[in-house]
Amino acid sequence: MRPVRKNSAGLSAVMLLTAGLLAAALSACAPGAPGGTGGAPGTGNAAASGTSGGSRLSGKLTVFAAASLKSAFTRLADEFERRNPGTEVVLSFAGSSDLVTQISQGAPADVFASADSKNMAKLQEASLVGDPINFATNTLEIAVPPGNPASISTFADLARPGVKAVVCASQVPCGAAADRIEKATGTALKPVSEESSVTDVLGKVASGEADAGLVYVTDVKNAGDKVEGIPFPEASQAVNTYPVAAVGTTRNRELAAAFISLVTGSDGQKTLADAGFGAP
Amino acid sequence: MRRRRTDYTGIPAWIYAAAAVGGLLVLLPVAAMAARVNWPQFLPLITSEPSLTALGLSLRTSAASTALCIILGVPLALVLARATFPGQRLLRSFVLLPLVLPPVVGGIALLYTFGRQGLLGRNLELLGIQVAFSTAAVVLAQTFVALPFLVVSLEGALRTAGGRYEAVAATLGARPGTVLRRVTVPLVLPGLASGAVLSFARGLGEFGATLTFAGSLQGVTRTLPLEIYLQRETDADAAVALSLVLVAVAVTVVALSYRGPRRTGTAARTTAAHASGGSVQ
Amino acid sequence: MTFRLDAAVGSRGFDVSLTVGPAETVAIMGPNGAGKSTLLAVIAGLLHPDSGRAEVDGRVLFDLAGGRSAWTAPHQRGTALLAQEPLLFPHLTVLENVAFGPRSKGAPRQEARETARRWLGAVDAGELATRRPAELSGGQAQRVAVARALAADPQLLLLDEPMAALDIHAAPLLRRLLKQVLAERRAIIITHDVLDALMLADRVIVLEDGKVTEAGPTRDVLQRPRSRFVAGLAGLNLVAGTLTEHGVRTAAGQEFAGQHDSAMEAGPFIAGQAGVAVFPPSAVSVFLSEAQGSPRNSFPVAVTDLEPHGDQIRVRAGDLSADITPAASADLGLAPGMTVFFVIKAGAVSVYQA
Repeated sequence: MRPVRKNSAGLSAVMLLTAGLLAAALSACAPGAPGGTGGAPGTGNAAASGTSGGSRLSGKLTVFAAASLKSAFTRLADEFERRNPGTEVVLSFAGSSDLVTQISQGAPADVFASADSKNMAKLQEASLVGDPINFATNTLEIAVPPGNPASISTFADLARPGVKAVVCASQVPCGAAADRIEKATGTALKPVSEESSVTDVLGKVASGEADAGLVYVTDVKNAGDKVEGIPFPEASQAVNTYPVAAVGTTRNRELAAAFISLVTGSDGQKTLADAGFGAP
Repeated sequence: MRRRRTDYTGIPAWIYAAAAVGGLLVLLPVAAMAARVNWPQFLPLITSEPSLTALGLSLRTSAASTALCIILGVPLALVLARATFPGQRLLRSFVLLPLVLPPVVGGIALLYTFGRQGLLGRNLELLGIQVAFSTAAVVLAQTFVALPFLVVSLEGALRTAGGRYEAVAATLGARPGTVLRRVTVPLVLPGLASGAVLSFARGLGEFGATLTFAGSLQGVTRTLPLEIYLQRETDADAAVALSLVLVAVAVTVVALSYRGPRRTGTAARTTAAHASGGSVQ
Repeated sequence: MTFRLDAAVGSRGFDVSLTVGPAETVAIMGPNGAGKSTLLAVIAGLLHPDSGRAEVDGRVLFDLAGGRSAWTAPHQRGTALLAQEPLLFPHLTVLENVAFGPRSKGAPRQEARETARRWLGAVDAGELATRRPAELSGGQAQRVAVARALAADPQLLLLDEPMAALDIHAAPLLRRLLKQVLAERRAIIITHDVLDALMLADRVIVLEDGKVTEAGPTRDVLQRPRSRFVAGLAGLNLVAGTLTEHGVRTAAGQEFAGQHDSAMEAGPFIAGQAGVAVFPPSAVSVFLSEAQGSPRNSFPVAVTDLEPHGDQIRVRAGDLSADITPAASADLGLAPGMTVFFVIKAGAVSVYQA
């Protein structure tokens, strides 16, 4: 979940060095190291020349996006650069709450795409983002190891004794969604582990340690044949909405707006749908 | 102000500046974190049920993994320091591997060993032993990353002590078991103690391997570092407060029992340095 | 009822045979690297020889002859080792140190302590019982180490230069103590000191390059050295060559006239055999020019060193030495590098078979 592409290697190196020196608990926080963001201040400036004439955009745009958006946004960024020669999109993927922390601490993001409204609301309260636009939804799906060894077919199966189910902890969005479904259906899960990210849930399922896990539809799609997905109707009880907004401190408002309109436009929606996202 | 008289150290002045930067690199982040603590809420934050459960679990598992490190590490260090056999250097490299390995890699390796589909896990499963998602998995992960600390520390102490006391003990009629119990172990006790403390501290801070291998469930596998990582998602104040607790526990443990390398290094070598034999804890 | 050893360590060029009687003390002397410590390590079982056999009082310590491989572990050999440094276990009190041997052999704690007290008393260290090794002086620590070695009731006591690390005040005390305890005991002592060999040992064995070069009663060996090493120990000049009617001829062709030793057990000399001419430095006079008249040996040498030696000045010229008075040295104006003549009366030179 480190920032991909054009990372600021120097800063990361310092972070890693510090982590290495502290060597213990602190080093463990290295995933999602805050501050490992692209673009030195001053270089990513707008320089949006040509105002009329339509879209003569240029410059560098830094997009902070929820980890579940990785494949879709990577494709959208390529598309954006192709359509607007002279622009460069730097992507940084991490858990939504990590990204909120980073933006609050002054990370130079131009656009923020969150996996839930709650995290976006935090930045709204702090007046750090413009008005958000919902651009996608995501629902939970049961992921099982290939072959479905525990023969899971319904949400209730997860609560069956002997079934090793792994979910997200309620502190993270995917866990909150699972909680909501549990409440709505009156099914109490007894998970063997409450992971702090979807990736960790997927890992436990893909390795066969767990019999089943609750993750997003898009995660199952992304995982390819490492896991099998089992949709369940109760998932509609907890639909996650993804909002996107321009970060208030951006010096490249026009570029940010252009990227957001690509995401919310029909081409963007098609790419997101391909990745398994639902319409907002 | 009069200058304090000190012995000649032979250290160039600029070294102090570099040392200060090095010290600050460690101290400053800790201080910065302490500065962000929500002090009015500190006590309620760290005494919440999940926090106390996580702290208790961390202390218990670290103690267990330290014991395991001693049980497995003492023989390893002895074999590495005293015996000679083919492949010894290779064995040492492998024992030290977890020192340089990212913990998450260690977790993956453990998963493929003790996991359900793992090398040993499959057989353990048949015996009705399930390691994954259990507290035992946490202890295993901690032992995996902490073992080298004990082995390195103890092997150094053993090499410094040399084999002459053991040889004399043998000629006095002591069988190898007696020599180990009455001579070798007491001689390297300071090294063993500091190794154990380092292992405990390492176990306490273990995160990556636990997360990958053991999972995260309150009271079972969610140790303090995992709790901090999770709290950070929703409650930054709680995460910071717990981080400070972890720092305090680690510093206390290390300060209480780890008296620095000078004493342990020479205690075994010369009789004189062992004057205060009571320093051995 | 003897200790018998026959051992070879190929990698160190070590090949030694020796026997030690039931109450005999044998001194091992030899230059550094001669294999003295190797010998003790082989006997104590700390070093595995390539071949050989050792037994003490009919009990086999090791037998590697003819493809057999009997091996007694060090702790079962009854060969306590006393090294240059006392090596008292730093974490145990003096009493517990001395009780270590008896305890290791299974004696109950109280009994072992009684034994330890007895031996501490015997080395005059009873009052040190409760101290830690770090609180002892070097001499005290070595005395305790002696008690510890003896408390283990060894069938063979091995001493590796026990006095070497002591200061000059502590050494005589320990030497007296050792003389007492070694009197009725079988022991092998490595030493560099002629005094130790004379005082403590019944026999001396000289090791050079891993081989025994001389052996015999201490006094005999020292009085009639056959090697330059022993001559050096005895403080004598030694010139090696072949025997002639009047003395010894060196390889360089120089003649040393002297008295053939009639006390030789080998009988009358045979010309052409290897022989040595031995004379004390005090028998050497130093002249600036060649002295005339026989029967005298007179030859030129280059002075290499001048050093005080008692109330004399020792003039060294290569391997040979002369002792002269400081006044004579001043009169001659001696300085390193000068060429002078060493003159020795033939009557002061002993000549015998090497």
